[in-house]
Amino acid sequence: MNFETPNIIPAIPEITLLSLACLILVVDLFVKQENRIITYLLSQASLLIVFLLTLFTFTTETQFTFSNTFVRDSMSDVLKLGVYISVFIVFLYAKDYLRQRDMFKGEFYVLGLFGVLGMMILISAHNLLTIYLGLELLSLSMYAMVAMQRNSKAGSEAAMKYFVLGAIASGMLLYGMSMIYGVTGSLDLAEISQKVAEVSDQKLTIFGMVFLIVGIAFKLGAVPFHMWVPDVYHGAPTSVTLYIASAPKIAAFAMLMRLLVDGLSSLQPHWQDILIILAIASMGIGNIVAIAQGNLKRMLAYSAISHVGFLLLGVLTGQQAGYAASMFYVLSYVLMSLGSFGMIVLLSRKGFEADNLADYKGLNERSPWAAFMMLIFMLSMAGVPPFLGFWAKFAVLKEVVAADSLLWLAVVAVIFSIIGAFYYLRMIKLMYFDKPEDTQAITADLDLKVALSTNSLMVLGLGLLPGGLMALCIAAIAH
Amino acid sequence: MGIEQFIFYFFALVMVASATMVITVRNPVQAALFLVLTFFSCAIIWMVLEAEFLAIVLVLVYVGAVMVLFLFVVMMLDINIDRMREGFIRYLPFGVLVGLLMAGMLISVVGSVNFGLDKFAEPARHAADYNNTRELGLVLYTKYVYPFEIAAVILLVAIVAAIALTLRRRPTTKYQKPEEQIAVKRDDRIRLVSMNSEKKK
Repeated sequence: MNFETPNIIPAIPEITLLSLACLILVVDLFVKQENRIITYLLSQASLLIVFLLTLFTFTTETQFTFSNTFVRDSMSDVLKLGVYISVFIVFLYAKDYLRQRDMFKGEFYVLGLFGVLGMMILISAHNLLTIYLGLELLSLSMYAMVAMQRNSKAGSEAAMKYFVLGAIASGMLLYGMSMIYGVTGSLDLAEISQKVAEVSDQKLTIFGMVFLIVGIAFKLGAVPFHMWVPDVYHGAPTSVTLYIASAPKIAAFAMLMRLLVDGLSSLQPHWQDILIILAIASMGIGNIVAIAQGNLKRMLAYSAISHVGFLLLGVLTGQQAGYAASMFYVLSYVLMSLGSFGMIVLLSRKGFEADNLADYKGLNERSPWAAFMMLIFMLSMAGVPPFLGFWAKFAVLKEVVAADSLLWLAVVAVIFSIIGAFYYLRMIKLMYFDKPEDTQAITADLDLKVALSTNSLMVLGLGLLPGGLMALCIAAIAH
Repeated sequence: MGIEQFIFYFFALVMVASATMVITVRNPVQAALFLVLTFFSCAIIWMVLEAEFLAIVLVLVYVGAVMVLFLFVVMMLDINIDRMREGFIRYLPFGVLVGLLMAGMLISVVGSVNFGLDKFAEPARHAADYNNTRELGLVLYTKYVYPFEIAAVILLVAIVAAIALTLRRRPTTKYQKPEEQIAVKRDDRIRLVSMNSEKKK
């Protein structure tokens, strides 16, 4: 058997991040607790390095390597850049929060970086094996991060639930993969796509596909596989919730694209039906149950479920433009989600979690700027123009309307998003028209304030000028 | 029925039966032992499929290492079985219904109607000198080097996570510090006090 050394150039960002994460793991052992900031700075530096590496080697052509188990195209590069930025923001927001709660440890950053590596592998996967392994690497890091606050009962419970349900979902995914492998005899996504198109009786491939979708829906948190989302978001320390609620959504979107669009594109009419059901259920349950939540983290968790429903709308059209709209949606959602969980971090202080809706009463009197930032995030999530969230919803709905005979779906989506607007507007009412209960001054470091302000201004700015990001998504999908 | 089929059906039956026992027996130690039997039957079936290496690894790793550790844990923890079984009867009808439904659907799809020999040809048999271990070794570090490396990273993350979650440093615990014990000097331990001798009364 001849063996050619694989071309490692396309995978340089992955290899670099792995080396840097291992380096940080070792360096962290020799750093004293009072100098833990070094670990933080090194982690941020490594994210910056891989960001620059990916940016300068940005590719518009599709490159395969490692016997086609690895693919690098424009979509993967854009999504990876999104992952780096969001994790960079997560680390920045989480720093003081972790410090105040004696959780400022190297493991948070090391596991976070390994999670980023898992997301990169998932985004660049072109083989069922790499998809599964990337997913496990990401999930394993997240399970451990959720459980990190060992003395918190809610945290341990959330980690346990997440772990058990995640293991079942992985099992489902693997079963689906085994079915697809059984029919096509291949693990490679391009070969699968080709073989599936040739199969005359699609019963078995659809059977496998259903299990694959279960696995993906779990990772995205789509109804009816959403049970873990509120408990994990609520139980995990807010620093970890920030992480879970942002970058992994990008990776889950990539997984959806790789498996269904790259792998099973000839089954599009079949997976479209399933995704329609998932989308309607997610938008419905997410938006309606969120109204009943008194805890902001839980409310945002249900809002995340409803946003996943919207995200699925674009993909299920089966059109390039639809995929681009979904990609735009996931990137915008991550930006808004980072901001709103960042607000919880901003208002929390030692021994106090600002995660109840009541904690936001009269925020305008305490800090007009904080209230304004929250206003931007809430309006953007509700989909009010001119904020970014409006354009995300608009792009997705436009594609749904353009697709054949899906107009009714767009109407349903709009109805649910109007229902959803209620709880976002209630938040604004609490901040601007109620009397404050909590009168403590907001103490936060300058870097957190600056970053959060930038984040909120980005949501506003990209809302005013959404063309660039949209064009980027369209170009990334087209290549 | 050839001997091959007999072996397959016998061990498949043992596997399903012991897997059922794993989740129904009352005693966790017995459950763990039934799991060992499940793995063992699975290994035999892999052997029939000419995957000797995987079969042996399954026995060595799962039966030999993982399950023994599992038994240790089960024996060390004082698990209250009665509390764990609360609600078992209550949820049993629903569970059985869902289980039967799933099993029926699986069988209708995965049966010989769809996976029969007329749909998929019988896999070619390998020659007597075929070496499963060699074949795996040839692709593991070449074709599948990337997944292989990722698996290594997953194990590293597992180690980091396990240590991060279980390592507790208690400042109150008393333990020996050998380096300080060795470095100790006479003066650290003994204080010579010169006292005036007392007078006898």
